[in-house]
Formats: sequence, C-alpha cells, structure tokens
Amino acid sequence: MSDQAGAAGQPMISLQDVSKTYDAASAPAVESLTLEILSGEIVVLVGPSGCGKTTVLKMINRLVEPTSGDIEVAGTPVGEGEPHLLRRSIGYVIQQVGLFPHWTVRRNIATVPELLGWSPQRISDRTGELARLVGLDESMLDRYPGALSGGQQQRVGVARALAADPPVLLMDEPFGAVDPIVRHRLQDELVDLQKRLRKTIVFVTHDIEEAIKLGDRIVILNVGGVLEQQGSPAEILSRPANRFVEDFIGAERNLQRLALRRVAELRLKWGPMVEVSTTPEAAREAAAREGTEWVGLLSDGVMAGWVPVSELPESPSLEGLEPRPFGAVVSRRASLRQTVDAMVGSSQEMAVVAEDGYYCGLVDFRMVSEALGSQRGSRAGG
Amino acid sequence: MNIFNWEWVGRNWIAIVERTWEHVFLTAVAVVVGTVIAIGLAVVAVRRRRWYGPITSVTNILYTVPSLALFAFLVPFTGLSTLTSEIGLVSYTLLIIVRNTVAGVDGVSRGVREAADGMGFTARRRFWKAEFPLALPVIMAGIRIASVTTVGLVTITAILGQGGLGYFILAGLRSFFWTQIIIGTVGSVLLAVVIDVGLLWVERLLTPWTRRAAA
Repeated sequence: MSDQAGAAGQPMISLQDVSKTYDAASAPAVESLTLEILSGEIVVLVGPSGCGKTTVLKMINRLVEPTSGDIEVAGTPVGEGEPHLLRRSIGYVIQQVGLFPHWTVRRNIATVPELLGWSPQRISDRTGELARLVGLDESMLDRYPGALSGGQQQRVGVARALAADPPVLLMDEPFGAVDPIVRHRLQDELVDLQKRLRKTIVFVTHDIEEAIKLGDRIVILNVGGVLEQQGSPAEILSRPANRFVEDFIGAERNLQRLALRRVAELRLKWGPMVEVSTTPEAAREAAAREGTEWVGLLSDGVMAGWVPVSELPESPSLEGLEPRPFGAVVSRRASLRQTVDAMVGSSQEMAVVAEDGYYCGLVDFRMVSEALGSQRGSRAGG
Repeated sequence: MNIFNWEWVGRNWIAIVERTWEHVFLTAVAVVVGTVIAIGLAVVAVRRRRWYGPITSVTNILYTVPSLALFAFLVPFTGLSTLTSEIGLVSYTLLIIVRNTVAGVDGVSRGVREAADGMGFTARRRFWKAEFPLALPVIMAGIRIASVTTVGLVTITAILGQGGLGYFILAGLRSFFWTQIIIGTVGSVLLAVVIDVGLLWVERLLTPWTRRAAA
C-alpha cells in the first residue's frame, strides 16, 4: 500500500560515519556510527541509557542535527531542505504518545494529512481506514484523547504516524509507558501490522526482549553510541560478539532464543493417540508402543482428552469413557518459549499441539532442546 | 437613620444604567486591549527567553504604581480623557496576563511539543495550533483576575470624570450621601461577579476537551 517505499531489501536509511556531540557534554553521544537500514525491515536500536539510541533516531528526522556525518533517507540527504517538510514524510511515534489533548482522536490522526493539504473527503476516508487498521472502535474517533486508556492512546499514536502512509516509521520506546499486558498486545499488533504494511521501521527500546520479539535486525549500542553488534535476533542470541552483548542480553539468552522458534517448525511426535472408534486392545498397544501409562482419545481427529491405561475397559468399545483434559495445549503458532512455559506450568513433560481442537501431535522437552541445538544463525520464520 | 434612599434610586435609575454601561465599556476595552498586548508580549517572551525578564520587570513596575498616581501622572499628557483612563487600566492587566500566558505555554507537556515537531509543525504552527490553545485554561484564569481587578480600578477613573459606577461613590463621598456610595460599591462588586462568571463560561466553551468524559 505504500507506493513510495522502495523495493524490499534496498537500503532505505543510511547513516555514514555519523557523530553527535551535544554542546554541554564533553563526551560524544554518538561516535562515528555507520548503519544501513533496508526497506521493509524493522531495525531495533537497543542499549542501556546513555547509549545514544534516541539521539540516533532523532537525527534521522532532524529533531537532532548531527555534528558530523551523512544521513540519507530513500537516497536523499536529510540535511537538504526544511526539517519540517522532511518530518511530514516520516512517521514518528514516541513514548509519551504526545497526542494533542485539545483535538479529537479523528483530528489527531489527521494531523499530517491536514499539514499536507489533503481534501476533507480524503482525510475522512483515511481516518476511518486507519482506525480499523490499528483496531480502534469508530466510536472513539470523536472523543478527546483524555478519555482513552494508555493502550488506546498509543494505537492512536501509531495511526497518526501512519496517516500519510510514510515509507519510514521512527518509534522511540513507544510501548514503554503502558503496563506489561497491554505492551505485549501492542507488540503483537505491530508485528501483524508490519506483515501487511512492510514499512521501514527504526524502533528504539532498552528492553532486549522487546527487541528480540520485534526486530528483523537488532543493533546493540553501548554508551557513547558505540556499535557493539548488529544482526538477526537469532545471531545475537546464539553468537554474542563480546562480553558486553552477553551481559546485555542476559543470563536467560537460551530461553530468549526459544521465543524465536515456533512449534510449527518441529517434527511433532504422534504419541499414544487413538480414535474412540477403535478397540481398547488397540489403545493398550499404542500405550505399550510409546511406553506411556496413558492413551489420548480422538474423535474424528478432534482431541477428546486422555485416560490412564488402567482405566481402559475390557469391553470391545472405548465409547463411554470420560477422558480428562490435557494440561498443556499449545497451537502450532506458539513459540517454543510459550510451549515450555505451558509444560512447566502444568507439570507435564510434554505439550499437546492442536489447532482449533484438531490434534496435531506432541512436543516434549527433548525435542525443544534439540531444536535449540540445531539452530545456528538463521532467523525463525513466522 | 435611613442610610438607603429608594426614592433616589427610582429617580436616578437611568443614570445608574448609563453608568453601569460605561463601567462595562471601560472594563471591556481595557481587558481586550490588555489581553492583545499581553499575549503579544508573551509570544515574544516564549520565543526569546531572554526577553521574559525585562518584560515581567516592566509590567511588574506598571502593576505596582499606585493607580491614583498613575492617572495624575498621565493627565498632563492626555488630559481628562477616556484615553488616560484606558492607558492606566490596560497597564494593570498586562502583568497577570503575560505571566499566565507564559506559564500556560510552559505547562504544555514535552510529549505534545515533541510530537508537534516530529509531525512537521513549523514553530509558528506549533505555538498557535498546540501550545496556545492548550494554555487557554491558564490564560483565561489570568484574564478573569485581570477583569475583576479592572472592574475595581474603573471606579478610580471617576476622578477623571468617568468611572462608571465609581462616579456615584465619588459623588456620595463628597456629599456624604450613603445611597450613592452603596449603589456604586455594590453595583461594582456585582458587576465583577457577573463578568467573572461570564468569562468562566466563555472558558468552558473555548476548552471543551477539559471536560474529561466528552464524547
């Protein structure tokens, strides 16, 4: 939908040897940083406070002017022309959201189209479209921002940034001020949105988990804007370049790697599962073959539950048993991290994979740890 | 002792209405002109911070000069005229409105400012479309205080031959006629209350977003 966007994979933003020294500070905030951001990718700048990540972001839309170096967006040096004209072509989302409290949600979303002089009809059409895109109820459009929750406000913030369909989106800790539940939901929504829109997004956060979840590429900065490592989340987690990166991604990096892989990528086991229409004898054989004390029952592929082998009847039919529900059930889209969490949470050594109630297979701890071992460097597909 | 003579009121009600109207007129002109000048000064102070000190110093001096002395000082230049009254009245409104305007603009959140810049507002647009309207509640509070003060000060312009309801106070003091003093005083106080409430109502109309659950 963004006709201005270059072909995916082409450089959209490039920083060449960029430095920034604020007058008051003697040490540079950013020191000769060179970075290329490709069209259609989410690059997450992450690092401790004082690492200059926000400064880097703000130099792209010239809220901060670099002391030296060249920055280009879509092949044009940002230093050319008026800063306010440049900024109208770049989406910008900030932690404080910064909605205009005296304008309705509708008008807030229309901020940049209004600046660009769109017709009222076009603005109105676009506003409705954006409200649907970011999951805002139409009834909220005529309210003032003060009447919205923090999560809703940030959805409006994202809608406002996308209003004029800019190819580039700059996001400065956009989900930092909302509670963790809303934050995770907003992150998921951004991932979904990005699948459809394919914007070039530069995202700043201090939260490595957020970076791993959202980034196609992660750029880890150290104090003074020093680039410590850049790469896909999988690369950074499996091959941290140095001690700083290792410390920064934390002791749980293997668990974090699990977040990158999905159940769908594993070769699932079938396990001791039988159709209810078979005989108890076949069920006992399945349990013996798998070495389990239980069998799972399916009814035309739909999970019914499990029963202990000791309760299997001598009668010729399995009908009439009352199967117990499985403790850990995950979908094929679940990450391995979620899967492990489900297993641990229900004290099971395996989890049942099902889609809309239909049984897909089993996953256990051994399969999970093998998956981690086999994965080196490649980013998991979604 | 009968300190209030209703009969006098009945005979002079046309004069009372006329003087009330004069009072409103003198106040309104002073507040409108004062607001325009004060906002102009505040815009300068916000854009160029180093001017804020000198601007508040000068308006502060104007504010502290005793009103009687100020009018006496102006008479040789502008005579016993409405202009003399208004110069004095306007000068007393400036400090409060300048300070409230600057404080109101300073009170606009950093997020709003940064968003305005990030969306591509020019500095002028940011001020008039975001900072100024968001400062309105504080600015209006200043205008209300200035208006109430001005209603009181207008009575002093009676010494210049105007004074609205202050005319009755001055005339009553000269002849110790209590009815006139009471009419002038109570009328002036009532006028201040009416104007204050009226401006509060205007403020509500201008700032609908401050009513939280607005739909």
